[in-house]
Amino acid sequence: MIKAKQFSAVLTLMAFGPGSAHADYTLNLMKGVTQLSNDVYDLHMLALWICVFVGIGVFGTMFYSIYYHRKSMGHKAEQFHENTTVEIIWTIIPTIILIAMAIPATKTMLEMNSTEEAEMSIKITGWQWKWEYDYLDNDIHFFSSLDEASNKARQKNSGIDPRDVPHYLLNVDKPLVIPVNTKIRFLFTAADVIHSWWVPDLGWKKDTVPGFINESWTYVEKAGTYRGQCAELCGKDHGFMPIVVIAKEKADYDAWVVEQSGLATAEENAAEKEWDSEELIAKGEKVYANNCASCHMEDGAGIAGTFPAIKGSAIVKGELKEQVNLMLKGKGMMPAFGQMLSAVDFAAVSTFIRNGLGNSVGDSVQPSEIKILQSERVSEEDGED
Amino acid sequence: MSAVTAEDHDHHDHGPAKGLLRWVITTNHKDIGTLYLLFALLMFFVGGTMALIIRAELFEPGMQFVNPQFFNSMTTMHALVMVFGAVMPAFVGLANWMIPMMIGAPDMALPRMNNMSFWMLVAGILLLASTLLMEGGAPASGWTLYPPLVLQTGTALPFAIFSVHLLGISSIMGAINIIATIFNMRAPAMSLMKMPLFVWTWLITAFLLIAIMPVFAGAVTMLLTDRFFDTSFFNAAGGGDPVLYQHIFWFFGHPEVYVMILPTFGVASTIIPVFARKPLFGYASMVYATAAIAFLSFIVWAHHMFTVGMPIAGELYFMYATMLIAIPTAVKIFNWTATMWKGAMTFETPMLFSIAFVVLFTIGGFTGLMMALAPVDFQYHDTYFIVAHFHYTLVPASVFILMAAGYFWLPKWTGNMYDEKLAKLHFWLSAISVNILFFPQHFLGLAGMPRRIPDYAVQFADWNMISSIGAFIYGPSQLIFAYIVYKTIKGGTGEKVTGEVWEGAKEQSLEWTLSSPPPYHTFTTPPKDVPTMSTSR
Ligand SMILES: [Cu+2]
Repeated sequence: MIKAKQFSAVLTLMAFGPGSAHADYTLNLMKGVTQLSNDVYDLHMLALWICVFVGIGVFGTMFYSIYYHRKSMGHKAEQFHENTTVEIIWTIIPTIILIAMAIPATKTMLEMNSTEEAEMSIKITGWQWKWEYDYLDNDIHFFSSLDEASNKARQKNSGIDPRDVPHYLLNVDKPLVIPVNTKIRFLFTAADVIHSWWVPDLGWKKDTVPGFINESWTYVEKAGTYRGQCAELCGKDHGFMPIVVIAKEKADYDAWVVEQSGLATAEENAAEKEWDSEELIAKGEKVYANNCASCHMEDGAGIAGTFPAIKGSAIVKGELKEQVNLMLKGKGMMPAFGQMLSAVDFAAVSTFIRNGLGNSVGDSVQPSEIKILQSERVSEEDGED
Repeated sequence: MSAVTAEDHDHHDHGPAKGLLRWVITTNHKDIGTLYLLFALLMFFVGGTMALIIRAELFEPGMQFVNPQFFNSMTTMHALVMVFGAVMPAFVGLANWMIPMMIGAPDMALPRMNNMSFWMLVAGILLLASTLLMEGGAPASGWTLYPPLVLQTGTALPFAIFSVHLLGISSIMGAINIIATIFNMRAPAMSLMKMPLFVWTWLITAFLLIAIMPVFAGAVTMLLTDRFFDTSFFNAAGGGDPVLYQHIFWFFGHPEVYVMILPTFGVASTIIPVFARKPLFGYASMVYATAAIAFLSFIVWAHHMFTVGMPIAGELYFMYATMLIAIPTAVKIFNWTATMWKGAMTFETPMLFSIAFVVLFTIGGFTGLMMALAPVDFQYHDTYFIVAHFHYTLVPASVFILMAAGYFWLPKWTGNMYDEKLAKLHFWLSAISVNILFFPQHFLGLAGMPRRIPDYAVQFADWNMISSIGAFIYGPSQLIFAYIVYKTIKGGTGEKVTGEVWEGAKEQSLEWTLSSPPPYHTFTTPPKDVPTMSTSR
């Protein structure tokens, strides 16, 4: 029904042009919510109008000629060619136009580049396929990945209409929160491959390069929620690592910071406590759906030749330590989950794959065990160096 | 002794070897040209099928037909096949057929190498295509093959790299051959500034190819050693830099896109004067503009990398240098317009495709100018705005001109006239659908849709659906062209064409002074005079 509706909207759009259909779309670049993004928008409009103006001149001349200088209209071809004056004029005019564009472009470029006098810094790390946010001025640190509803709907032939999912593919489990009216410096790097962090409302994107640090800055004046996506091809789920930035009034932001430290304590407590296996399996199923299912498939069957099956896997059915180490370290296309998952999530998903998806090892893995294996792994890595 | 040699020689001159073997062992420039052109047409449909798979998946939000990994393989392979299998070989095919006939030479200077470069192209493309069947799938990191992502490719990686080597060697051999032919085999009357513009643009393109292909081969070889021999060219942990690859790649990649557009300019500059019945307006300035564009193409590469984290001086330099390209490009567009001005135009299919080229390439040029502005490119980069831009400079530009060239020279090659009515149908279907296909992609990019994604947020749904509808009209419409080519080879409309084919063409270029079809060997003695209507006189 919705599909048919969209199809008819599309046909109206094609027949009568933009403005006729009631569809939700935009034609032009957004102005954004910072001074910089507005400057970028103005520059875009300047360039666009210059192109439109030049285009009318060139195409107008051409179509005049096509209409009047036809053989069928009895027009006789004149044999002129090469005229130095004309050629000099049509070289100089574009040059002047280019200079007129280069001046404001240089100004905006310099402005975009100046990260000095930032009031706070956030480090952003790109992972396959999620974002890690690290508030360098306090201890807030978390991962942000595609929200569950979008993730379910985006599976092939999921049967869920994306139009029913709010902010389909543009929603995350945990958004980046920033204060308004604050100059924020972002530091970018990546853990695996190159990504690019892009929120159109801020006016720019910046590549995150493994082993290197890039910088950028923003100063948002209006509280609100701003959405974006990874812009640099980063593998299979490149299309599924959105960005959500929530800009809050300063007081609200401070309250959020306090709340975060509470959450951190709660997480630590959860890792200490003894979990029963039903709890772990229930939690693990969710962790699996969000982190593992896109490669190893929802039923754990994998994709032959590319992504190994978990169902019946010798590693999963074997010794816990080996399985955990593989998950901590990653292998080939499999990312290292060592830092990405909390000890609780790690334990939960381990329990789930050992006792679900057709496997039945029968053990349950406690967060405290994972913590020990994590620290062993770290000391082994130190040994390797 | 001498009598025997003469007899042998005569026997040799009669024509091609009989049977299929003719096409395998041929050293004749016309045969090899035909092979290149037919192979390119085939690859155009292979690459086009991949594009249709992409557009089918993007018809609606949600994943319907393919998985994301395969989608990425399709975008990667579509680009590689179209660039290295379709557009470049098609222009080499035209060069093979036309350059000797345009400069009054009997054949290419290095006929055996000519044969070898064609078959190496076939081998390279087959090797590339075979990666589709390999464990882990075909390369899926985009045609730019950026590390570290490309190093995650499965079994396919070394095969893709070797295929790039083969394609590179094939291109370099083709380029050497073209340069050797143009410099050594011109009719005595044909000075450099009397060469048709198509020959000029190919001469400059051949130098570009020789300069850049080894660079690309070097870059992918470094990928190979990074993956298999523990080097760290592009690995920060070992002291390397992934961005270094991008600099090397685009030092190749930017001139590479001009390899596909400069011969396009050459063909357009050949066709438009014929149907305007006028000399090309500024022959000398067209030659200089081509050379200027070629030179600039080597010093602007990092405009593909504005967001990668360059120092401000780099951002500004690459912005200014890139903006300069607008000047020689504008000179070309003004020249074509001035050539049409006060002509006596007729609108046969080659002219229609050429006019569409001038208009639509200009739109691609406009968006190119917009994205030269570095700060705005921080928004445009890696979005569908870019996809729209380079498809405008490739499909309704290079591909349209290749179609124009096909209609323009088919009667010369075969001696038969193509079906003008059907050809016009092909033109109008293509010209309309190509805009339905690519124009909405500007809106998508500006609205915030990244490129190379298999699924998208619902606010992008309408324009994606329209774009896909355009694709599903454009793709099948090209079958009309294949059918027309087949029919024309088989006798066409039945009307036999004259040597000149198009009114007044004899004044424009040497090939029209020959019969249609031309004999198997042409200009065994060089022509005395060369036409100078559209060159320096
Ligand atoms: Cu990414």
